[in-house]
Amino acid sequence: MSEPLLSVENLRTWFHTPSGIAKSVDGVSFDIRAGETLGIVGESGCGKSVTALSLLRLIQPPGRIEAGSRIVFEGKDLVTVDEAGMRAVRGNRIAMIFQEPMSALNPVFTVGDQVAEVARVHGTGSRSDAWDRAVEMLAQTGIPSPGDRARQYPHQLSGGMRQRVLIAMALMMNPALIIADEPTTALDVTIQAQILELLADLKRRFGTAILMITHDLGVIAETAERVLVMYGGEIVEEAEVRTLFDDAHHPYTEGLMYAMPNITESRERLNVIPGTVPPPTAWPSGCRFRDRCRYSWERCEREHPPLYQIGVSHTSRCHLAEEPERRAHPHAPLVEQIGASL
Amino acid sequence: MGAFLARRFAQGIIVVALVATIVFLLIHAAPGDPFSASLENPAITESVRETWRREYGLHRPLPEQYARYVGNVFRGNLGFSFSLQRPVADVIGDALPNTMLLMSVGLIGAFALGIGTAVAQVRNRGRRVDRFLGSISLTLFSVPDFWLALLMLVAFAYWIPIFPIGGATDAVMHNMLGPAGKLGDRVKHLVLPAATLALLYFPLIARHQRAALLDVLPSGYINTARAKGVGETAVITRHALRNALLPVITLLGVAFPALLTGAVFIEKVFSWPGMGLVIVNSIQSRDYPLLMASVLMGSVFVIVGSVVADILYRAMDPRMRDEF
Amino acid sequence: MNSDIPLTRGFMAAASRRWLDNDRSAVFAGALLLAIAIPCLLAPLVAPYDPTAQPDIIGLQSRAPSLLHPLGTDPYSRDVLSRLIYGGRLSLLVALFATLVSVTLGTAYGAAAGYARGLTSSLLERVLDALLSIPRLLLLIAIFAAWRDIPVAGFVLILGATGWYGVARLVRGQVLALRNQDFIASATALGATRLRIFTRHILPNIVTPVVVAATLGIGHVIVLEAGLSWLGIGVRPPTASWGNMIQDGSDQMVSHWWISLFPGLAIVLTVMAFNVLGDALLKALSPMRPVIE
Repeated sequence: MSEPLLSVENLRTWFHTPSGIAKSVDGVSFDIRAGETLGIVGESGCGKSVTALSLLRLIQPPGRIEAGSRIVFEGKDLVTVDEAGMRAVRGNRIAMIFQEPMSALNPVFTVGDQVAEVARVHGTGSRSDAWDRAVEMLAQTGIPSPGDRARQYPHQLSGGMRQRVLIAMALMMNPALIIADEPTTALDVTIQAQILELLADLKRRFGTAILMITHDLGVIAETAERVLVMYGGEIVEEAEVRTLFDDAHHPYTEGLMYAMPNITESRERLNVIPGTVPPPTAWPSGCRFRDRCRYSWERCEREHPPLYQIGVSHTSRCHLAEEPERRAHPHAPLVEQIGASL
Repeated sequence: MGAFLARRFAQGIIVVALVATIVFLLIHAAPGDPFSASLENPAITESVRETWRREYGLHRPLPEQYARYVGNVFRGNLGFSFSLQRPVADVIGDALPNTMLLMSVGLIGAFALGIGTAVAQVRNRGRRVDRFLGSISLTLFSVPDFWLALLMLVAFAYWIPIFPIGGATDAVMHNMLGPAGKLGDRVKHLVLPAATLALLYFPLIARHQRAALLDVLPSGYINTARAKGVGETAVITRHALRNALLPVITLLGVAFPALLTGAVFIEKVFSWPGMGLVIVNSIQSRDYPLLMASVLMGSVFVIVGSVVADILYRAMDPRMRDEF
Repeated sequence: MNSDIPLTRGFMAAASRRWLDNDRSAVFAGALLLAIAIPCLLAPLVAPYDPTAQPDIIGLQSRAPSLLHPLGTDPYSRDVLSRLIYGGRLSLLVALFATLVSVTLGTAYGAAAGYARGLTSSLLERVLDALLSIPRLLLLIAIFAAWRDIPVAGFVLILGATGWYGVARLVRGQVLALRNQDFIASATALGATRLRIFTRHILPNIVTPVVVAATLGIGHVIVLEAGLSWLGIGVRPPTASWGNMIQDGSDQMVSHWWISLFPGLAIVLTVMAFNVLGDALLKALSPMRPVIE
């Protein structure tokens, strides 16, 4: 097997607040191979966005990447490389697309200016070279009359178009990896589909690897090749996308699947995983999902489960891997039914 | 925008009228009449005073005096200064431009220093530089204007005699210099007083600019800029500052009256021939016509300045611009 | 400024804890202020000499600091240290009472303006705006130059009467914001009179920003009074005030530096302490601050 493009080892990003240490990312390890699309799925608060920000070292104090973490990319450990080295990677070798297209763009600069800025920061060409390339990238992302659009301000563009601008920004220096943090969450469903199609198309053409971060399993199903499920600051399941949907192992993943609203099924009530995500300042002992899990037993409180190997490239952080017979004895409804009258 | 302009303008006029009325009342309500102070000047006999009183209509009923007063002010007749033996309007006419010059340079200095300090503090937030600059800012904010002016004078005109002791130009040499020399002479005399003004007022601006920058930093586009590889300094000066500058521009309206206050003391210490010096000297020489008219004109100047600043701010705000 | 915070005991306890934990400089400022204020207020007990005494007019004129006179003597052969202490007492008391006047006037006006509706409300607001535009120092100069022999009480009153606009605007804003809230409506529905509502419900919520403004304001008045005294129209000699002490030494700053230096330092330290305190109060009483300062 060839060297992975990006290798994350035991990433821990903790926030040192006056009211305690929030261990938002607490021991996450994964690889991304060149050209592959890896998805990270989970609820808000599970640490997926913080993971993404950590990869580019965009975590601001009081957050900090703890010692012992390693992020190996193109031969360097991004955790320890100096600031200049990190800046050379950002936008250039690894690019990021943020969630809210409106607030992600500076309202006082033109769209073209902001896209061209990437080239000005990393390239050696002139300002007009940067501008030309920006216009070209805007065209690549399917924006009509890119030359005119480039001279406009963010508030003059629609949500979908702003997202395309952010994608163009990410592609400017032809990076090896694009991190997409909830790229479609703030958009209409129809626009969502267009953006995902665009990303897939660009991936085909440029061979970029994509790290797709989302809470939407539908997006995962459509774009990812492999998936990581995150909960409580950790990876709780890792599998190829097909395997995940057909053969989910971890009870949390099961819950996510079951909770997805299904347009074909007729159901009066929403399915929800009972309970709420615990605060990152106080992860429960043992398995972090045990309070909301319908299979949990005393071992789950005692012993923090490691990532068990379930199949060829399928791991799951659940003791059911060793005691599968427990699955036959659920003790609380998997999902809580929310009344239709609400 | 037009409606706002009209309203602001009208407001300005009302305030000026208010100040003029207060000044008028003060002149007449003060114990003795405006000329009793000149009792101390033996050269002015009682008959001279009587003539003045008649001339100024002090025997007329108060409302009539008020009407004459308002009429005079509007016509530009601000009375006669007996300590300087010139019409008040002339004195003010000579002094006002000097104060405007000093205040403008001081303002520019204060804003430049203030914004620069704020940027440096935010760039290094949490570190020693931040706290150090914050302490300097706080100290200068707490210093009385006249005391700092005295210290600056002693430090840079006596101990280390780089700058002249006072005045706007060299009394002896100025007229013998060529144009370049004259300019240099003026600049040399301007440096200390303007620097003092800037040092006194930059903390206010730095504090507001710092808060505005910190408000803007959590915005999404700041993270985008960092993710593009833009260095932290450029993130602050290019991306954050542009969005955080507007609230600080509003300070212009507040800075004007503040700087005039400072100018009063600074002009006295540095003998800068502006409105402040005129006012202070007229206090000491008990020249009431001059004092009151100067206070009035000073207030007008300040009010006009803050109205202009207000209008400028409105024009600059892109949200307001669309309403044009 | 988050004003709808109930000043309950629990809240105050938490606020003081926050203050003491986070702001060592605030505690230091408070201590400094006490260190300055207490000796000043106890002037007759603390000062080594009488501030206006001139025991040896020729021999003690403008003497440098020595063991007998730790801060030296001034051009009128008076002990600087004693004058500093007595002057401090005067300056502090003047500032305190003037601020009290300002706060009272401002709160009254602000409350009235906040409660008023329609034309009265906008009229009061416009008047406030107009008053805020008048440069305070110039007005004070005009007043005190015209009325030369004002007793201290009058001086304090006039100082206070020119400084209430800021507080008024603050209070007006708060009253306007609070008056439409539900708890006021329910109190009215329960039959409470307007005065009762004001004193029991609105006033406690106004206290916070007003106290902060007052603390910062005291420093401002100290500097203002010093300036007026320096110009000769504030506190008249031979009574000592930090401002006129600086005036006494202004002509001789190079040769006899101590006469102007110490009163100036006193002002700087005192005003700084008030400013730090005011800032800390602001931070402690607004709990909704971002984690990253």
